Amino acid sequence: MEYLELFFKSIFIDNMVFATFLGMCSYLAVSKKVSTAVGLGAAVIFVLLVTVPLNWLLDQYLLQEGALAWLGEEYAQYDLSFLSFIMFIATIATMVQLVEIIVEKFSPSLYNSLGIFLPLIAVNCAILGGSLFMQSREIPTLGLATVYGLGSGIGWFLAILAIAAIREKIRYSNVPPALRGLGITFIITGLMAIGFMSFGGMLTGGDEEVTEEPKAVMIDQKDEVKDEDKKDIADNTIKVVE
Amino acid sequence: MGLLSKKDSKLILDPLADNNPITIQVLGICSALAITAELEAAIVMSISVLFVLGLGNVVISLIRNIIPSKIRIIVQLTVVAALVIIVDLVLKAFAYELSKTLSVFVGLIITNCIIMGRFEAFALGNGPWRSFLDGIGNSLGYGVILIIVGFFRELLGSGTLLGIEVLGDPIAKTGLYAMGYENNGFMLLSPMALIVVGIIIWVQRSRNKALIEDH
Repeated sequence: MEYLELFFKSIFIDNMVFATFLGMCSYLAVSKKVSTAVGLGAAVIFVLLVTVPLNWLLDQYLLQEGALAWLGEEYAQYDLSFLSFIMFIATIATMVQLVEIIVEKFSPSLYNSLGIFLPLIAVNCAILGGSLFMQSREIPTLGLATVYGLGSGIGWFLAILAIAAIREKIRYSNVPPALRGLGITFIITGLMAIGFMSFGGMLTGGDEEVTEEPKAVMIDQKDEVKDEDKKDIADNTIKVVE
Repeated sequence: MGLLSKKDSKLILDPLADNNPITIQVLGICSALAITAELEAAIVMSISVLFVLGLGNVVISLIRNIIPSKIRIIVQLTVVAALVIIVDLVLKAFAYELSKTLSVFVGLIITNCIIMGRFEAFALGNGPWRSFLDGIGNSLGYGVILIIVGFFRELLGSGTLLGIEVLGDPIAKTGLYAMGYENNGFMLLSPMALIVVGIIIWVQRSRNKALIEDH
């Protein structure tokens, strides 16, 4: 239950793009076509899934105050947490390289579709943000950290997929010239973020007696949410544009 | 400017308007938006980026001939990460409350695309002094947008600027509030940052038609 809760929380409520604006650079740059957006989104899910648990282990056994206790009594007093930025980013950069090599070796077709995006990912704020939020929110176990990484990745994937679909369609609308391209994308993203804020009540809404019910609803929603949301947002934008 | 040649001053002035890193190059938006609900945080963030980008550009430019091109990204990340750790520790020591507000976003300066973008595009091919100017120019361009967004969000959202109540006291109903004015709490929510930036882009491109994209 607690896994499921964190999973949905990281997808919808704490959505990387809409709640914390992480990974906006690649989100704006690579969202012109749905197919490339899917490629980048998949790569982000994958890298987050690997790096968040890995950085959790680093944080737990190397960086936190007293984390070095497993080496012996005399090491228990060290607090290396000031090194966490450099350790996290080094882990991410090396993992991205490693993943690139492994994917190239074992699945050339996947490599061709992800290829150009993988190096980009090392400097994607969403990846480092995932690890830093994992650290600051003090996620307690390795399993939860993995779920958090996966959930955040899927949230980012949904966001870029939705905006790419909207941008493909908005080409046919009559946007004021000065807003074309970047401007309208910002405003759409803002409207989508307002839409995503409505998920905020999802986990806090139910009381203990009805725990079973909202859970079932949540799973059903999972598939519909994306389309529904897209439609709503598309309608909104049309109104704004008009 | 007597101190700088014409070419050098262009390095600083260009990113402020026509080649702004946020509105034109679309870099560094990641950390720019989340911390603009208060003007103070926006200013501190701009200064941090100014420090990191100015110094980072110089360091990268100095070692540009030694870095093997294959591992340059990791080298660049290490340089930025070291500088950001300094910023983080200084903030924690002298402005603890503010460093709590900025939370992970100080760390996220590392992956701020402006920094990597300027390293790649400028510092790797230019001398230290020009790289320094370029770094200052671009971080000023970034700071200007951040401060504009922070200004409007704080003014319209909570009626204050840098924590000072410029529009009167909302509870005692003085100043503008006496005339029935209400704060727009919506401006404090994160989505409004995006919309404010969208509007800035709109204004900028309406004034300079050359910047308009054709879809």
